[in-house]
Amino acid sequence: MIDKFVASMEEAMAGIQDGSVVLLGGFGMVGQPDALIDGLIAQGAKDLTVVANNAGTGHTGLARLMELGRVRRIICSFPRSAGSVVFEALYSAGRIELEIVPQGTLAERIRAAGAGIPAFFTPTGAGTRLAEGKETREFDGRTHVLENALPGDVALIEAWRADRFGNLTFRESARNFNPIMAMAAKLTIVQTQHAVFAGGLHPEVIVTPGIFVDRVLHVPYAMPVEKGGENA
Amino acid sequence: MPDTAPLSVMPLDRHGIAARIARDIPEGWYVNLGIGIPTLVAEHVPAEREVIFHSENGVLGVGPSPPPGVVDPWLINAGKQPVTLRPGGSYVHHADSFAIIRGGHLDLCVLGAFEVAENGDIANWATTKNDAAAAVGGAMDLAAGARRLWVAMEHTTKEGKPRLVARCTYPLTAQGVVKRVYTNLAVLDVTPRGFVVVEMVRGLDFESLQAQTDARLHQAA
Repeated sequence: MIDKFVASMEEAMAGIQDGSVVLLGGFGMVGQPDALIDGLIAQGAKDLTVVANNAGTGHTGLARLMELGRVRRIICSFPRSAGSVVFEALYSAGRIELEIVPQGTLAERIRAAGAGIPAFFTPTGAGTRLAEGKETREFDGRTHVLENALPGDVALIEAWRADRFGNLTFRESARNFNPIMAMAAKLTIVQTQHAVFAGGLHPEVIVTPGIFVDRVLHVPYAMPVEKGGENA
Repeated sequence: MPDTAPLSVMPLDRHGIAARIARDIPEGWYVNLGIGIPTLVAEHVPAEREVIFHSENGVLGVGPSPPPGVVDPWLINAGKQPVTLRPGGSYVHHADSFAIIRGGHLDLCVLGAFEVAENGDIANWATTKNDAAAAVGGAMDLAAGARRLWVAMEHTTKEGKPRLVARCTYPLTAQGVVKRVYTNLAVLDVTPRGFVVVEMVRGLDFESLQAQTDARLHQAA
């Protein structure tokens, strides 16, 4: 019987290697798999490249992983926000590498990785410093920039409901990067708010089919808020 | 007061700029609003005029902020503020949300800016050439992808430095994309000959507006 549910965080995190590229779902706190990030902190993998929209806030979750010196490089669109104190300190000390990517290019690079597309041209960023050193080509008289796919070794995903096949639904704007990151990694690990019986998700509402999912951990009562209670 | 009395200049406040923009958005448009003055535009579109607001984080049909006490923490906008969903709204993942933007499906995007140049260049994400960690977010995608890009901003900086310039000095967000600029003093179209003044606030004359603008202004033909 196929059963992608794992019984423990240790089982969920098993085998994540040093040097991995980790795709981290979420937009700020919403849709971010907080429990799995804590699991990764406990698991110990280091020298990581993290791909996420934001570079963490406060001193928990992604910010904690960075503060512990486990992240060599971060690829994101919006590193600087209220509370991104750990990132600021590490970056100004030269202790973390940063690649800034326009948010839509970031999403499309991830989607392309999941869809077997090695690179694509986009007008986004053309003529700006984020296109410096990149190959360009004219289409219909407009300059386009060549962008490479961004595959992950591991994706950490937050879902709302999951069944044992790994079929997933998401809640409202917590969907964000999660479905495309689930497609783009060799090992996709999900935390789900609700575990449902097989067949309990109507096929019409499944957003991510289980083919993209390797492991599911049931983490009830996860809230997309910081301990202070405010979204960030 | 006699008609001949000189009028004092009445610059628009932030809500005034937003309300002026809202007047130009017809029913049926799909619109993305940036952070700052653009966000206020939604408040000035009358409830009976159906305009569908998009947010980069995958929300189509964004409604107003919820009243305190009924905040849904899973439903936020691109500024990470709690919002609501209007009837007919939908959620999409990030690649589809940016396909909406980059695929040219938005009728309009309204962004704030540090500078707009007479050739339509916009600079709105990094304040210095040396800031390698500036947050770009979705600004470059929106600027390059929306069918129309309008900018909402103060005509000058607090120190009086013009923001409508011959060439941008701040790092660019996109080249040649701005169609129209709404400021506290005027509405200006970006045309092949440069900025054309569409209208000015009450009491302002063309020469005074030019004096507060780096780029050369043109009168509407």
